[in-house]
Amino acid sequence: MRKFAFILLIVAACAKQEAPTEAGAGPAAKRTVVTGAGATFPYPIYSKWFSDYAKAHPDVAVNYQSIGSGGGIKQLMAQTVFFGATDGPMTDEQLKSAPAPIMHFPTVLGAVVPAYNLPNVTAELKFTGPLLADMYLGKVTKWNDAAIAKINPGVALPNLDITIVHRSDGSGTSYIWCDFLSKTSPEFKKKVGVATSVNWPAGVGAKGNEGVSGMVSQAPGSIGYVELIYAKQNDVTYGAVQNAAGEFVRATLESVTAAAASTAATMPADFRVSITNAAGKGVYPISSFTWILMYQNPTDKLRGRIMVDFMNWALSDGQKAAASLGYAPLPQQVIDLEKQALEKIQL
Amino acid sequence: MRRSADDRIFRFTTGIFAALVLLLVVGIGFELWRQSMLSIAKFGFKFWTGRVWDPVSGEFGALPFIWGTLYSSLLAMLISTPIALGIAIYISELSPKMLRQPLTYLTELLAAIPSIVYGLWGVFVLTPIVRKLEILMPPTLRKLPIFSGPPLGVGMGTAAIILAIMVIPFTSSVAREILKNVPVAQREGAYALGATRWEAIKVAIGYGKTGVIGAIMLGLGRALGETMAVTMVIGNNPQVSLSLYAPQYTMAAVIANEFTEAADELYLHALIEIGLLLFIITIVVNVISRLLIWSTKRRMTRVIVFPPVAKEEAAA
Repeated sequence: MRKFAFILLIVAACAKQEAPTEAGAGPAAKRTVVTGAGATFPYPIYSKWFSDYAKAHPDVAVNYQSIGSGGGIKQLMAQTVFFGATDGPMTDEQLKSAPAPIMHFPTVLGAVVPAYNLPNVTAELKFTGPLLADMYLGKVTKWNDAAIAKINPGVALPNLDITIVHRSDGSGTSYIWCDFLSKTSPEFKKKVGVATSVNWPAGVGAKGNEGVSGMVSQAPGSIGYVELIYAKQNDVTYGAVQNAAGEFVRATLESVTAAAASTAATMPADFRVSITNAAGKGVYPISSFTWILMYQNPTDKLRGRIMVDFMNWALSDGQKAAASLGYAPLPQQVIDLEKQALEKIQL
Repeated sequence: MRRSADDRIFRFTTGIFAALVLLLVVGIGFELWRQSMLSIAKFGFKFWTGRVWDPVSGEFGALPFIWGTLYSSLLAMLISTPIALGIAIYISELSPKMLRQPLTYLTELLAAIPSIVYGLWGVFVLTPIVRKLEILMPPTLRKLPIFSGPPLGVGMGTAAIILAIMVIPFTSSVAREILKNVPVAQREGAYALGATRWEAIKVAIGYGKTGVIGAIMLGLGRALGETMAVTMVIGNNPQVSLSLYAPQYTMAAVIANEFTEAADELYLHALIEIGLLLFIITIVVNVISRLLIWSTKRRMTRVIVFPPVAKEEAAA
């Protein structure tokens, strides 16, 4: 692997000298800047990766702007950036309207957790997909509703109104949340659907993870959804969620990686897959990949080689940095599949 | 000869600068229209009256946002205008000289605070206070439509208070300048006629009425376009409601919230059309305020041209 990267680096360095725009400058004197834009969720780890990678490769600088998944897809399709990044895979329609074939590469995993505020309830609450869907549809309105009591035996639930909190800004977090609720509740799928912004039938919208968790922590009886990383870093109380196998699982880095591993066998060739409500034991059901997007046949071969080398590095050494930043690393099976896919990029 | 050539060049260049402003306004309007064509063609006027905003099914109506923007701004003006004018009057007419300068600085400092700071303060300080007040509201009052709904803390009422606080320094500092520029002769005249202090102040305000209205309108303009602080406390739920408790939404807030993740064309065009509506509404509000200023000015000029004594004689 090391050798491969080294060879690539040499190739890249040679190509750099040949590139007409770099004429007159030595390989070490001038940096090749690769620009990318997209999702905000993986921004902390991407910026660490890009800075670590640039340290090891002084002739490369990656400029990533976290403008949001939608913006990333749009900029990539307009070819104003070299690569994009998204929390939700591109739709068939978007891929069709792209100027050339685009490939998806999962980089790390994230998860969304139900955060709640119930004074005097110390036991960790359990939720099921249909229950959360009914709450977000405005059908379950009290905390002592029979539907909540049934799956939380022994917990003294207060007679308190449920305040629903959702994201007001378009977000991959909302996408993953709605994706899970739509898979487990046909009614939610029909009435609300899956998108980065949806028409919520109930509740208040708060901006960003910090807005949602701020609202939840202030208002007794409220429930919201936040990214696992945010919940962990800020000690937000969150519940366990029932997976497809019927177990109630609390979100941890392991249970999120397990969700990806369970789908490895049936992984589609383009990696555009939702892993919410994944089958298998010990799987946290509200998990998701986040992807980097690249053209399969990049016009700029030099930058193409740099990105392929970077991806190979991110999939091996880079994965080690994931856990410390709170991202669940990819399972080995998916990494192997991706490395094969990277070879399909025409350089 | 040389001087007149200089004059012409000077007039020409400054004229170009003035024309640039006009060009910019027309350009913004045109570009907003061009980039919202899909949504204009699909929804037409129904966009103004539609109440559903559903990015999943591609149905877009702007009424809740228009309502939220106008209602929150109106409430903010109701709260801020008396306070701002009170501050202006106190500073310019009543306060001891020693306090005048510090008070002026402090109100102007309020205007310099970035809106995100107001927003955070709103989320962490104001919202819990408002929630407590909402819970304390007597049940009989809670039956009124203006106080109906669960006490969430976030909602129209909190947004109006934040907006009012943000608008106060603008209105009050302009109003203070206006009062300062009222000729001393006006007040002296009033005193000479035996007016009390309060009556003399009334005369001064009456003299500067156009300017005071202008100051209020400046505040309104700020309230209409305020985005960040409002979106953090208004609850962001597109609904048309009179209730101060209800989470609602404004036009600027929905653009800021959803623009980055709007991937499909119609959705993007609908968001830009919201921008176009906001542009139109702002222009209309400005035109109305101009008309208001113009009409009071005309009335006042008439008063000056025909002194009351002459008028009474004519009537007799």
